[in-house]
Amino acid sequence: MLCPLLLQENHIHEKLVSLSLLQKDFVPFLLNFLREQTSQILTNGPSTPAKTPNSKAHGSQRTGSERRAGHKASLGSFLTATPEALPVRRGRRKGSSSVSASGRLVARDLGHCLTEEEDGKSDGASWGVGRRKRGEVPPVSARSPPSQLNLNNLEEFPPMGAASFWTNKPSRRINPTPVSAERPLSKPKMCFTSTPVSQSPAARFSSGTSLEAFTAVQEGNLTSMRSNSLQEEREMLKKERCKLQHQASSPAGISLDPGTPTKPSYARSASLPAESHLVTCADATKVSCKKQLECLAQLYSSCIAENLVPNIFLELFFVLQLLTSKGTSTAEDGDSDLEVSERNASGRQHFRSVHNCVYFAVQVLDYQYEIISRLEKGMLKLLAENERIASFSPSLHERLRRAYESSTAKVSLLLPCSVQSVSFQPETDNRSNFPSDRAFHIFKKQRDIFYELLREWEDNNEKTGWDFERVLGNKIRAMMAHLSATCNHSHFARLFQKQLIQMCKGPVGGGTSAGDTPDQDVLNMLGSDNLSRLKRLQERFVVPQNIRGPCPPPSFPGCQQFFRDFILSAGSYQFNQHLMDSLCLKILELNALTLVEHEHSDGEADMDEQDEKKRFTVVLLSLRLLAKFLGFLVFLPYRTVEQPTRDLQDSAVALRNQTLPVLDILKLLRQSLQDHRSILTIPWIVEYLSLVDHIAPFLDYYKKVFCLLLLMVLSEDKEMSFLNKLLILAVLGWLFQVEFPSGLTFPSFSHQDSVPLVDQQLLYTCCPYLGELRKLLASFVAGSGAKNGGFIRKITPTAAESLAPKASVTQRKLQVELEQAFFHNQPPSLRRTVEFVAERVGSNCVKHIKATLVAELVQRAEVMLQDKVKEEDANHDKLLEEVCTHLYEEGAQALIKGREFCKKKGPEAVRVLLPEETSAAVSEVNRICSLFFVALIKREVKATFNRMLKVPGLPLPNEDALELRRDCPTGCQHCAPFPSQIINEIKVHSDVLCVAVGPRDEGEVIDCIWLECLLGRLSQTLRCRKFMCPTSEQQLAKCTVELASLLVSDRVPLHLRNESPEKTSERLRVKNNPTCGLLKLLLSVWKEDFGAPVPVQLMFSKKNIGYLAEVKQREWDLFLFMLRGLVEHELMRSSEIESCLRSLEELPWPSDFLKELEMLSRVFISEHRIAELRTNPCELTRQSLGTVTAQS
Amino acid sequence: MKLTKAQYDEIAQFLGHVQPTRQSLRKLKEKFPSQSQSTLLSIFSQEYQKQIKRTHTKHHTAEAVETYYQRYLNGVMKNAAAPVLLELANEVDFAPSLMARIVLERYLQEKEQAMPSKALINSMLRDPSQIPDGVLANQVYQCTVNDCCYGPLVDCIKHAIGHEHEVLLREMLLEKNLSFIAEDQLRAKGYDKTPDFILEVPVAVEGHIIHWIESKASFGDESSHQAYLQDQFWSYWNRYLNTESGTFMPIFMRRASKQHIANEVKPASM
Repeated sequence: MLCPLLLQENHIHEKLVSLSLLQKDFVPFLLNFLREQTSQILTNGPSTPAKTPNSKAHGSQRTGSERRAGHKASLGSFLTATPEALPVRRGRRKGSSSVSASGRLVARDLGHCLTEEEDGKSDGASWGVGRRKRGEVPPVSARSPPSQLNLNNLEEFPPMGAASFWTNKPSRRINPTPVSAERPLSKPKMCFTSTPVSQSPAARFSSGTSLEAFTAVQEGNLTSMRSNSLQEEREMLKKERCKLQHQASSPAGISLDPGTPTKPSYARSASLPAESHLVTCADATKVSCKKQLECLAQLYSSCIAENLVPNIFLELFFVLQLLTSKGTSTAEDGDSDLEVSERNASGRQHFRSVHNCVYFAVQVLDYQYEIISRLEKGMLKLLAENERIASFSPSLHERLRRAYESSTAKVSLLLPCSVQSVSFQPETDNRSNFPSDRAFHIFKKQRDIFYELLREWEDNNEKTGWDFERVLGNKIRAMMAHLSATCNHSHFARLFQKQLIQMCKGPVGGGTSAGDTPDQDVLNMLGSDNLSRLKRLQERFVVPQNIRGPCPPPSFPGCQQFFRDFILSAGSYQFNQHLMDSLCLKILELNALTLVEHEHSDGEADMDEQDEKKRFTVVLLSLRLLAKFLGFLVFLPYRTVEQPTRDLQDSAVALRNQTLPVLDILKLLRQSLQDHRSILTIPWIVEYLSLVDHIAPFLDYYKKVFCLLLLMVLSEDKEMSFLNKLLILAVLGWLFQVEFPSGLTFPSFSHQDSVPLVDQQLLYTCCPYLGELRKLLASFVAGSGAKNGGFIRKITPTAAESLAPKASVTQRKLQVELEQAFFHNQPPSLRRTVEFVAERVGSNCVKHIKATLVAELVQRAEVMLQDKVKEEDANHDKLLEEVCTHLYEEGAQALIKGREFCKKKGPEAVRVLLPEETSAAVSEVNRICSLFFVALIKREVKATFNRMLKVPGLPLPNEDALELRRDCPTGCQHCAPFPSQIINEIKVHSDVLCVAVGPRDEGEVIDCIWLECLLGRLSQTLRCRKFMCPTSEQQLAKCTVELASLLVSDRVPLHLRNESPEKTSERLRVKNNPTCGLLKLLLSVWKEDFGAPVPVQLMFSKKNIGYLAEVKQREWDLFLFMLRGLVEHELMRSSEIESCLRSLEELPWPSDFLKELEMLSRVFISEHRIAELRTNPCELTRQSLGTVTAQS
Repeated sequence: MKLTKAQYDEIAQFLGHVQPTRQSLRKLKEKFPSQSQSTLLSIFSQEYQKQIKRTHTKHHTAEAVETYYQRYLNGVMKNAAAPVLLELANEVDFAPSLMARIVLERYLQEKEQAMPSKALINSMLRDPSQIPDGVLANQVYQCTVNDCCYGPLVDCIKHAIGHEHEVLLREMLLEKNLSFIAEDQLRAKGYDKTPDFILEVPVAVEGHIIHWIESKASFGDESSHQAYLQDQFWSYWNRYLNTESGTFMPIFMRRASKQHIANEVKPASM
């Protein structure tokens, strides 16, 4: 609804006929006019530029000198002052009001017109006056840029009727060149308003206070600030402050100097100038020219309402600046005089006094109530508490108060940043996805290196002097070289992209990551209520609080910095290409997601809506993140620090017009408009475009995109959900402020993204700069209250209430973490399935419960209420409360019923939907599902009864999946000694082998009985297969063979109890020899208990026979006994033994030993033959070696 | 049973400079009777390994090798039955098994006129019967049997303990009805780095979420935590989420231990 006077061609007032040419440029004029008028009074916050896109009439015409600065079309362009020219201008403030650019003049003339009209003096000549004046302008200053003075310059002094030449050609008031030491590669994009993040020191110190320096530090421009001593700058600051003070107190300071707006853009950025301690008390009775102000407010509000302003939030910011303007005492005093003196020069000053400004602001706010009332709660609080609003418009105050009270839009901008790894998924990550083993193994290493880098960054990036490139640069490049060598880029790009989403997708999305959650101790100490307070407190410390204006340049906050720096340090073409592919794919995938899946029926409305919103938020934030990085990569090669010259630009445009865009955003944008999905698509396209290089906006393709986007701003779509629209307007407004090409046309169209998907949290998350509005108000409160003149964060310390641990909070938190953790390592499809099932079953369940239990309860409640109402005339709310309490117990049944319902239905659905292979885990999945369901029902029950219900813990499902045992004897209790223990005992602990092999201590012996026991335990151990592994068994076999060899050669100093072996006869000695018993035991263990083959042939090794050879009194009997035993137990065939013995004989033994060996051989062979004949088991006693020797 | 950091330090200090013999171990047991044998052996082994790591190089210089070999030859010439190598090792403060390896290597080098392969040496150390020289075979065997920190027998025991604890861990998981994927299954699926068990449904232990468990079956001192963190745990974290849970014997390890070794070092309990 624009002012009909000015916009409706059919009814043009005759007085305005001469202005009709200007109609298209009306909005720019109006905005500029307001900025001009208020430029003196505004000292709070950064200056808000007036800026508007070009109007359609002149869309395609662009002239030669159009530069980047220029193409940031703004009303400010009419004011050509540059910061460099500042000092000069200050000197010639007086009387220079009609100076310089035409736009400015026009704007002022407009004011003039208004004044005259109001005064009844207006005539058709008023515009002519303006023109005349233009012609009369004397050269301003020799030192001003010549372009300002060139009357022949059609851009600046265009002839009437050729408005296109100059309206198109706005140049910014401010075009600061940023100096960025820490990010030389990032595009130094400045927007008008924001105090640039990395401002050149010289520019910065035109600011008024030293606090500025601190804010700069806060903003992240740390390195440059830290590295230098600030002494010199402090001096400059002092001087500058003096100047300001002087200027403010002298009448000259109030004249309208074109340069003025630039200066305070720094001065105001964070703090109040020193003199602004004296906050003028705005007084409604002191307002002058009310009528004009009202007219202006209406006009201005209409422009905002019709989306004719490029950025509504910028305008709101401006209005709030007016609302909170401090004014100075001099301004107050000199008011009337000035009005007189100014009148002749350039029209009346409507905004000379704080009273007028506030009056105007409150008027506009009143018009914009619909938007304002949808802002976040903190903002509403500040507005509702604003005393100026209260005194100027009690009705608005009242409405704001009510809006505040009913608002639920609490917003948190805390960015959690914690490194969480991307899980390994066999479908994409296992060996079959790689061309070679080498590639697979190298990628294994790369993954580990990547996380090592990430952890290093996480631990150190905030430390002073830590430099990404210096510390990580070479490691990253080495990694890139390895990737190239094995063509693993696509794998790594996918990992990189997934990790990016994992870490940076934003403060919402339901995922409580581990890093997001405070320490257990803190949680125990504080409990949940205090935890949220703690979070808010933390936010106030962590989230930058300084006022940077509502249009900050694109940035990579938090963890995004790592990924950006990684890309820059890697400098790998291959990697970038693969990453772009990966990002494009993911963007397309997410952009195509169907977010609104079903029609709402009344029953399930809130729940579905909530889920939809949550899902939408996650998808939208991921898309924005991916698009930002895609934009970064796509335009990275074209990035230049300096604006290219016109010639360079033309050739670059000609060249690049031939190339195809990496991602066809134009098509996607059109598609989204067609499908009414622009609420999803536009925000990410804006992110993508915010990173364009200097040239890109001039390419045909991107021109079209910008055009289309501009339509979004200008189109009024009644069907679109209000907050959806607000989000689109906010992001587009920001984009146009940061990055705006000219040459756009305004056809009209409409779209309808009618489903309300955006909430304040998302709005503020996507557009953190909206928080600037609140900061401005907060700084006003602080500034007017305290004497320190700065923006203070008021934090009231409170004592911790109770330090008692609150288990339930911990448990709930853990539960959520567990859920997250569970899904982390599962394929994403499982999560989708479970979520889907949970959602559907939950929804059905709620319907079911509502239809049965709740309906009944409500009926009963009704009856109860009716009775009670009859009884007494009590407070109705209280009554309701009572009734609810009464029914509470029964209401709790809903939970139980719901859980039963879900427990029954959920697993069924999940089982059908999941792939077969998952079945093993299904019962667990069910458990998780039921947890989901319980959470869902809880929500519903809560909504119905407005009460929290405790959920009793779920019983664990009894899963009987016992592992199959290998060959353990039935009834085995698995309590046999561990194999390791036995080996240990054989080897070291009980020193069997050690003592046997030597060296042994004096008198060191081995208890024979103990050794028997050991062999018994060995048998047990071998029988129980549970803890046995092949190596243990082999080692045991080897050790026992070794032991046998030592026993046979009588090397084991056995300690025999209750026996005196010397007395027994040879025969008996052998027969009762304890060693024989041990050998028998061993033989049976080898035969019966070992699963693995026992290397008994080792007994015939040179080394082991050597034990025998070393012994003076050889025990051949034992050896023979052993040989017989081996055959008997079928551990070796006699032929094998024969061949072993024969090969032994070939070794170089001492002659006597060799003789004995040969003899033994003969005995064994002959005996064996006899044994074969008799097929009798042999006995040691039957034929001793002695007898054999005698026979031979 | 917990072992305090102070207790651990005391043991480590006692072990400051001991020989890896069964006699030393016996003394250790006498000194700290309240600690289990396996805990003491594990600490003993780790401490001794640290000591060896520090001095390892000086025993491998060409001169040292030559000296040892000559001393061995002289020794067995005098008395082949005497524990020449073992005594030599103890005398120069080196692990007997490693001393055996040095001398065996040198012997083979002389015999074959070429550097013997590692595989051959390992095989001979495992089964000294393969050593052509009977005397050396005996000497080597004596060394490996008497070394309680190095050598094929010790390796095998460690391996066996590791295996046994994995089995125990699996038992516990089954007992608690936890759904898990074991290492072999993970390998079959093509995972590149595999802990012993991944919990399909993570559990919370003392407020920490456990995704995977790696059984280490050894005492978790500071340096082994460090080493495992670098070699394995970070890799697991990089793949299977953010909680470490290595078990040192049945000990759960958390990320906190990255910065500071837990004030209470838990012992092996078997």
